Amino acid sequence: MFRNVAELVERAEKESISLSEVMIRQEMEVKQLTREKIFEQMERNLEVMEKAIEDGLKGVQSHSGLTGGDAVLIQNYMRDKEPLSGHLLMDAVSKAVATNEVNAAMGTICATPTAGSAGCVPGTLFAVKDKLNPTREQMIRYLFTSGAFGFVVANNASISGAAGGCQAEVGSAAGMAAAAIVEMAGGTPAQSAEAMAITLKNMLGLICDPVAGLVEVPCVKRNAMGASNAVVAADMALAGVTSRIPCDEVIDAMYKVGQRMPTAFRETAQGGLAATLTGKKLEAKIYGSPIDE
Amino acid sequence: MKYRSVFDIIGPVMIGPSSSHTAGAARIGRAARHLFGREPKYAHIHLYGSFAQTYKGHGTDVAIIGGLLDFDTDDTRISTSLEIAKEKEMDIHFYEEEANTDHPNTAKLIIGDDEGELELVGISIGGGKAEITELNGFELRLSGSHPAILLIHNDRYGAIASATSILAGHEINIGRMEVSRKAQGEQALMVIEVDQNIEDTVLNELERAEHIKQVARISD
Repeated sequence: MFRNVAELVERAEKESISLSEVMIRQEMEVKQLTREKIFEQMERNLEVMEKAIEDGLKGVQSHSGLTGGDAVLIQNYMRDKEPLSGHLLMDAVSKAVATNEVNAAMGTICATPTAGSAGCVPGTLFAVKDKLNPTREQMIRYLFTSGAFGFVVANNASISGAAGGCQAEVGSAAGMAAAAIVEMAGGTPAQSAEAMAITLKNMLGLICDPVAGLVEVPCVKRNAMGASNAVVAADMALAGVTSRIPCDEVIDAMYKVGQRMPTAFRETAQGGLAATLTGKKLEAKIYGSPIDE
Repeated sequence: MKYRSVFDIIGPVMIGPSSSHTAGAARIGRAARHLFGREPKYAHIHLYGSFAQTYKGHGTDVAIIGGLLDFDTDDTRISTSLEIAKEKEMDIHFYEEEANTDHPNTAKLIIGDDEGELELVGISIGGGKAEITELNGFELRLSGSHPAILLIHNDRYGAIASATSILAGHEINIGRMEVSRKAQGEQALMVIEVDQNIEDTVLNELERAEHIKQVARISD
């Protein structure tokens, strides 16, 4: 098993295979299953992601009323005007938002790596798809590449907001997406690792501060920004930009930042945006009284 | 390594909104249900840390009860599990605990009926993955996502051999194994993680084996 990003990239380079292929072969080994079985299971996940985006773009509302409908607003804007940040970027944003709006509405999603950060990977995938015209197999491989990087983060740091803050969730998800975009766009395994490093570096320190403890505010928009970070970092890596700090050391830094993060900023709804005047008012309105009293 | 499969990262497919507070919590509930072996009549659920702070918003309560009703993480009935449990007259109590635990997402479940009771401590470690850290006072480390067998046995020589030889006879490979006991010569717990689901015939054979007192399994 590869234990870190360096080993993952090394294996791909040594055997002249893609990162997704390294992940697929490892999964076959661990699960003792055929390639077909593993592809089948990943394709089911892909179908869930596609359906969630479809539902979100039709417009959903959460039970609390805090989130829903933004994906539709963004798509309408893209139809009527030329977005300043470009079509692809806003498409990724709208599809990430769509996924997390469905999640907040207790719809069915695929955790990538978590439910709160479920928008980044599929959001970018289904936006980049229109530009790169991948085969269905390449789309499935996108998920294996993302998974390979998430696998390293989960084992060496954390993908839990309660343990490591939002940097561990949306930070990891955005980095995973960036690495997968690079592979789909024809970049090298090393460039995927650079894209992951560049993304995660810029998510370091991000706290988990859900208003009223709900996976809604700011989670939905954090996925939007995670998706856009991923696209930009992928472009930078494809341009040949590298990270001065190696990817594995960035992951380690993220882990250590998470360990030293106060409890109030780790999914307890006691700090950050959850503790603002409006955050507290919303909480009181939803529950009848604040939850930490 | 805590995570072994890419599907721990890309997955599970689940009902929102939180992988650790909803999907992971459902898996803790379901592990308790499988270990108890039947639907409990009552459930006392103690929540710690982030679970205690935010369980209402994340649907941790409906998820744990959904798990006790044997619902998987992607079962849409999770959202109405409290109503379903009520119809079945399951007696449910939630307690928000203030004590600090090693892990921020910790739940202690005490479930039972007229026949027996089971106490289980589970943690949700992220991405929908859960681990069982305590069972009836025994400390252990068990991920709810792999098939496993749990055996309560007498702390005597030969107890482990009698269990493993039965598994060997059925060509069942052991992935991980641990044994813990409360005190020397008393009751002990064997946890055996295996690669495939365990058939009833194997379970029955284990139940009859020497020094083995009680057997439970967790299926994939």
